[in-house]
Amino acid sequence: MELELSDREFMHSGHVGCPGCGAAIAMRFLLKALGEKMMMVLPACCWSVIAGPYPTTTLKIPVIHSAFETGGAVASGVRAALDMKGDTETTVVTWAGDGGTFDIGFQALSGAVERNEDFIYVCYDNEAYMNTGIQRSSSTPYGAWTTTTPGKDWKKMRKKNIVEALAAHRIPYAATASISHPEDLVRKVRRAQAVKGSRFLHIFASCPTGWKIPSEMAVKIARMAVQTNIFPLYEVEEGLHYTINLKPKRFPVREYFKIQGRFQHLTDADLDVIQKMVDEDWELLLRKAGEHA
Amino acid sequence: MKRVLEGSQAVAEAVRLARVQVVSAYPITPQTHIVEFLSEYCSSGTMNARFLRVESEHSCMAALIGAQSAGVRTFTATSGQGLALMHELLHWASGARLPIVMAEVNRAFAPGWNIWVDQTDSLAQRDTGWIQLYCEDSQEVLDTTLQAYRLAESVALPVMVVLDAFFLSHTYEPVDVPEPEEADRFLPPYEARFQLDTAAPCSFGPLVPPSVYMEMRHDIARAMETALSNFSGMEGEFAAIFGRRYGTVEAIRCDDAEIVFVTSGTITSTARSVLENLRGRGEKPGILKIRLFRPFPVEAVRNALKGAKKVAVIDRNFSFGASGIFAQEVRAALCNAVGHPPVFGFVAGIGGRDVTPEVLEEIYWKTKNSAVPERESVWIGLQEVSHGT
Repeated sequence: MELELSDREFMHSGHVGCPGCGAAIAMRFLLKALGEKMMMVLPACCWSVIAGPYPTTTLKIPVIHSAFETGGAVASGVRAALDMKGDTETTVVTWAGDGGTFDIGFQALSGAVERNEDFIYVCYDNEAYMNTGIQRSSSTPYGAWTTTTPGKDWKKMRKKNIVEALAAHRIPYAATASISHPEDLVRKVRRAQAVKGSRFLHIFASCPTGWKIPSEMAVKIARMAVQTNIFPLYEVEEGLHYTINLKPKRFPVREYFKIQGRFQHLTDADLDVIQKMVDEDWELLLRKAGEHA
Repeated sequence: MKRVLEGSQAVAEAVRLARVQVVSAYPITPQTHIVEFLSEYCSSGTMNARFLRVESEHSCMAALIGAQSAGVRTFTATSGQGLALMHELLHWASGARLPIVMAEVNRAFAPGWNIWVDQTDSLAQRDTGWIQLYCEDSQEVLDTTLQAYRLAESVALPVMVVLDAFFLSHTYEPVDVPEPEEADRFLPPYEARFQLDTAAPCSFGPLVPPSVYMEMRHDIARAMETALSNFSGMEGEFAAIFGRRYGTVEAIRCDDAEIVFVTSGTITSTARSVLENLRGRGEKPGILKIRLFRPFPVEAVRNALKGAKKVAVIDRNFSFGASGIFAQEVRAALCNAVGHPPVFGFVAGIGGRDVTPEVLEEIYWKTKNSAVPERESVWIGLQEVSHGT
């Protein structure tokens, strides 16, 4: 697929993300896909810092920074005000991390999408509280080390399936995307922009700092997550109609885990357990999409 | 036009007259009637506004922060637990310099569950950067809500209009409801000083280093001072149109008073009748009603109390480990005034218990018969309670 994207940039150079930051890559593609008629709600997350300190900003769009758990609610208010002013053209986007989406902001998000508020909620997922120094979230995958799941207490719980939780609200559009597949990501952003009501994008955004990988591996590791079915690319319309966008060759998960510092403690037996989980989730997704393995 | 209204409807009528564009609220007793009236007004087209039926008070204030940042006039109402849940975002609203107006129906905190009047909820928010005004009757509730928008928008700070649970929120009184044209003369359409705008993109509320944060907070402190100095002028304009004014405080027969009650909310009305009764018996009480609590009107309080021999502050609230909160504020206002009178602190009416004329008379005689305050706070009307073992 050819990537048709404007040369225009909506990020100034000089953001203060870590080298190889997947969240910075994700933001750049999102902004290019949406264009200038948009406003962003930015609850506390890595991007609260990446955007740069007052009086500088790397973002060339209107941005309202907000409290950690308010992404769904602040966007509801911005949308209501724009509607009252007769502005139906501007797209309102919430840009939140996994902590602000899966955990502390989940109530406000659930409330907003239940009301079918007209906005796009984007979760860029780096699988832990990276901004505060790599603490586990409910998005942290089974098996991961974080500073709050150290040593033998590595995370023993599965990653929360956030897209399924959103689909259960029967919202018009939900999709996964990855920084490793920008043409797919951009298409989904534009598709979301064309839909009315609550739209949700779950973007896989690798974090070299927190995952303990070399910064030049940021995009490659995200591609491996897709190719192993750890992070499948799919869309859900009205909470019911599933479309799987890519059916990879199902590479074994072992390679993905072996190269990340956060998984170094896992044994072959642990990896067998994880492979089973990934296979199980993939089968489930195929069934939802009305397909077979 | 005079109408017989519940205090809750007096709030709603003022919000209608203020031409609020986005209302958001989450129901909590005893605030619910306000929300029901506004929901009906928005639904019927009586108001041209969006009503956001959010899933919590926290999201309610967050939604208003978003809406006001996008350039429209907003409103909410809450009580007790709901206000406490909003706490984080109360700081956010003032820090972001958003002139949001909220009606706060004073309600006691749990546990145990108590839906009746108690001021501890609003007073616990005194350091959040919100202007706070306490109301005595339903006319004052309506007028204060309209005034709140003028005050808020003139200094870019949020305002809390505080009213007693049930005694105001659910009580019917005759209220003069202004015509829309009169309200428009007092309160012109909202024009945001700054707003989210795709034609002029700005970032609101980013990371702020120590080199500038302190100045930003000092600006809020100065805006509070400006609110106090603007108050009289704002009320003068209000009085010119509606013929009513209330002041930051109201001093009732304080000029020759020996003992001055300091009151707030509906207790003031009871105190007015007690004052007449005591005066008729040759006593010399006065009343200082405090209406504006933040910014605290230090000069007005000092002036009203300078001739008094003793001051009796009545608190329907308590700060555990310290004293009644109005008493703290009055003591703080007086302590640097030379020759100030002693301040007697009384706690009464906690959790909705009645503060009757007898209670106020008891406070009067206790104050008169004590040379100096024995304790920071004296709780009035406590029953003998058997605690068991």
